[in-house]
Amino acid sequence: MSEAEIKPSIHFWLRRLHSLSGIFPIGVFLLEHMFTNAFILGGPEAYNHKIEFLRSLPFVAFIEITFIGIPILYHALYGLYVWGTGKSNLTWYPYPRNFLYTLQRWTGLIALIYIGYHAYHTRIVNALFGTEVSYARMAELVSVPWVFWFYVVGLFAVMFHFANGIWGFLISWGITVSQKSQKIAGLSAALVSLALFSVGISSLIHLVNHP
Amino acid sequence: MKEKKPEKVIIRIKRQESPEAKSYWEEYYIPYRPYLNIITCLQGIRKTLRTFDGRPTTPVAWESSCLEEICGICTMVINGRVRQACSALVDQLEQPITLEPMKKFSLVRDLIVDRSSIFENLKRVKAWVPMKDTQDRGPGPKILPKDQQINYALSRCFSCGACLEVCPQVNERNDFVGAAILSQARLFNRHPIGKEIQLERLKALVGEGGIEDCGNAQNCLEICPKDIPLIDSIAEINREITFNLIHLIKGK
Repeated sequence: MSEAEIKPSIHFWLRRLHSLSGIFPIGVFLLEHMFTNAFILGGPEAYNHKIEFLRSLPFVAFIEITFIGIPILYHALYGLYVWGTGKSNLTWYPYPRNFLYTLQRWTGLIALIYIGYHAYHTRIVNALFGTEVSYARMAELVSVPWVFWFYVVGLFAVMFHFANGIWGFLISWGITVSQKSQKIAGLSAALVSLALFSVGISSLIHLVNHP
Repeated sequence: MKEKKPEKVIIRIKRQESPEAKSYWEEYYIPYRPYLNIITCLQGIRKTLRTFDGRPTTPVAWESSCLEEICGICTMVINGRVRQACSALVDQLEQPITLEPMKKFSLVRDLIVDRSSIFENLKRVKAWVPMKDTQDRGPGPKILPKDQQINYALSRCFSCGACLEVCPQVNERNDFVGAAILSQARLFNRHPIGKEIQLERLKALVGEGGIEDCGNAQNCLEICPKDIPLIDSIAEINREITFNLIHLIKGK
């Protein structure tokens, strides 16, 4: 930017949409997803019953594509573009927030790979080959050690990305302005994510211990 | 506790004769004295015009003016970290001391860079109070002391460019205006009369290279030599934009 003229740009609007999509619908879906996962702790019957209910929702395919599939795809692809506009400089400026900036990008990538894998084995196979998703099927999937650990890493990446993303969202929309409010928001978001992470981990462990 | 003082100050400088020329490193030394700063070292090197091994060399080009961290012109990368040379004390630096020009601006020669892009961007966000004539309209509106305090903090910016140098979002692929500009836009949006063209400033900042390029790495806050609350400024501008989204969608 060297001339004193203003070039209108679509980038601002796409970036705000990217920021919003991370909270709604993706963040909201994440909360719903972790809530559903918690039914695993109640045993196969409770979990399968919950899944039956979700499957019986009207317009379920429309909801899945509009509020889950497309937003995640958009958030991922535009996120990769945003990654390309930056250049990490942690070596010379190793500040904590700079570290989180870089980590946000890497966890986004890990989350993308993990979500792709996870969505394929739990949803896309169902659409393609009619494989039913159930408590037994999930237990079978995570009984393989590397899959279990991949789930742990993926879950961690998602939860970090979510917490740091909430913090960034609140700044990008001008909701938290002072440094103090940003700090409180960041810590609160981290606590929420930690709680969600523990729900995920306990569901995973439950699946392995009670196949 | 007395530390052993070195006899020499060894300085490595990244030289480049012109924007097109190839860069190279040259090493120099000056005799140690207490309380040396980087500008006095550069003056010392200019006196001898010899490299560390005694070869004659050309004078190193650098800029300095106020020598009290007020003008910002001697900003350079010292031991890998951007700061003002006049306030960088040799006693607090590890040797050999390396000096490089800032990388986020186009190079003029040796340690001199062209920072006119900052000025151009200040013009772009209209970082001034609009006045149509010089008529005396009496005293301006009252500003509360608590607002004055914030305004004063923001007004300390001397456009040194350190916040741009440390920003991961400012690079050859990205034309982000940077924290200093956003903070100045905030300062003039806070002014009772400057507020008149708030929307014009915001329009500039949703344009190319505008605020959306901020990645919240917040390095600017860490590096700012004047401790300007740059992060608050960016969030505040984001808030102003959020409140004016409908106006900004309409206006091209």
